[in-house]
Amino acid sequence: MGEVYVITSGKGGVGKTTTTANIGTSLAMQGYRVVLVDADIGLRNLDVVLGLENRIVYDLVDLAHGRCRMRQALIRDRRLENLYLLPAAQTKDKTAVNPEQMKELCEKLKLESDFILMDCPAGIEQGFRNAVAGADKAIVVTTPEVAAVRDADRIIGLLEASEIKDPLLVLNRIRPKMVRMGDMLDVEDVIEHLAIDMLGVVPDDESIIISTNKGEPAVLNSASKAGEAYRNISHRLAGDEVPLMNLENRGGFMDRVRRLLGLRTG
Amino acid sequence: MLEFLQRIFGKDSLKSSKSVAQERLRLVLMHDRLDLSPQVLEELRCDLMDVIKDYMEIDENKMEINLEQDNKCVALVANIPVVKMKRLPSH
Repeated sequence: MGEVYVITSGKGGVGKTTTTANIGTSLAMQGYRVVLVDADIGLRNLDVVLGLENRIVYDLVDLAHGRCRMRQALIRDRRLENLYLLPAAQTKDKTAVNPEQMKELCEKLKLESDFILMDCPAGIEQGFRNAVAGADKAIVVTTPEVAAVRDADRIIGLLEASEIKDPLLVLNRIRPKMVRMGDMLDVEDVIEHLAIDMLGVVPDDESIIISTNKGEPAVLNSASKAGEAYRNISHRLAGDEVPLMNLENRGGFMDRVRRLLGLRTG
Repeated sequence: MLEFLQRIFGKDSLKSSKSVAQERLRLVLMHDRLDLSPQVLEELRCDLMDVIKDYMEIDENKMEINLEQDNKCVALVANIPVVKMKRLPSH
């Protein structure tokens, strides 16, 4: 029996979809049966990030309304045979599914998979309620900015109200250099404010843009720093103990000068 | 460039933007979380009253508690009229 994780943030553009695609792909690489659900009805994204946009025939709304069978709606990944996508519908009607239907859907998916990752739309309206309805656990994604952390805090409150206990945090797009210069909130700062457990820290990494261009999640690229961070995160989700990645790049000339002078070492 | 040099040499007369973000975040979260329901406030009022009653006699009907906020801080302001002091056992 699998578990449903909702991946949510409140604020848009912090990397929910990228996080969903990468954690899911990495879990599938470890051999788990994984289903990724795009719960953003009307704004389909996850298929593109996974490179599966040409294969969609049926979608979540079709399945929820019984217009197709589970097997018809689940799209198998190009690379991993135990990774599936349930795409969002492109309908304009956001009320095309309700929380009850989502709950039912999740129960069915749990029977045949180990991890179900639900990519939640931004915001706290119907789409959020749908995505949360069938979820057992939650992963909150944020970036080290005031607005994103604030929205994460709101979401954590709403998750608690929905009785999803102990959400886990992914802090995305950290720039170690800016943190060192005192120009970016650090991991500890964010944790202190939000008071939730850390699942992982992902560095800001241009390779994410390249992998999104190609439709190949960064975890498939062994040279990608962000990919490495997401692989670590997926191992933690699977129950392994992996220390937080060392994001510091301590080779720079100025770093050495500063350390030599005993100033502002990170 | 000046800013850059000041930073490198630790003359941080300019507040780092991180500490500005920290402070703004602290305040905005406090404002957001302030959403105290009347029920919780009433519970707080009753608990406060119980404690105070051990020391003095107060006018329960005129007692007021409120959370007040300005740009810098949030305060719990209580206005509790005292009717009579109790005679405390002397030390």
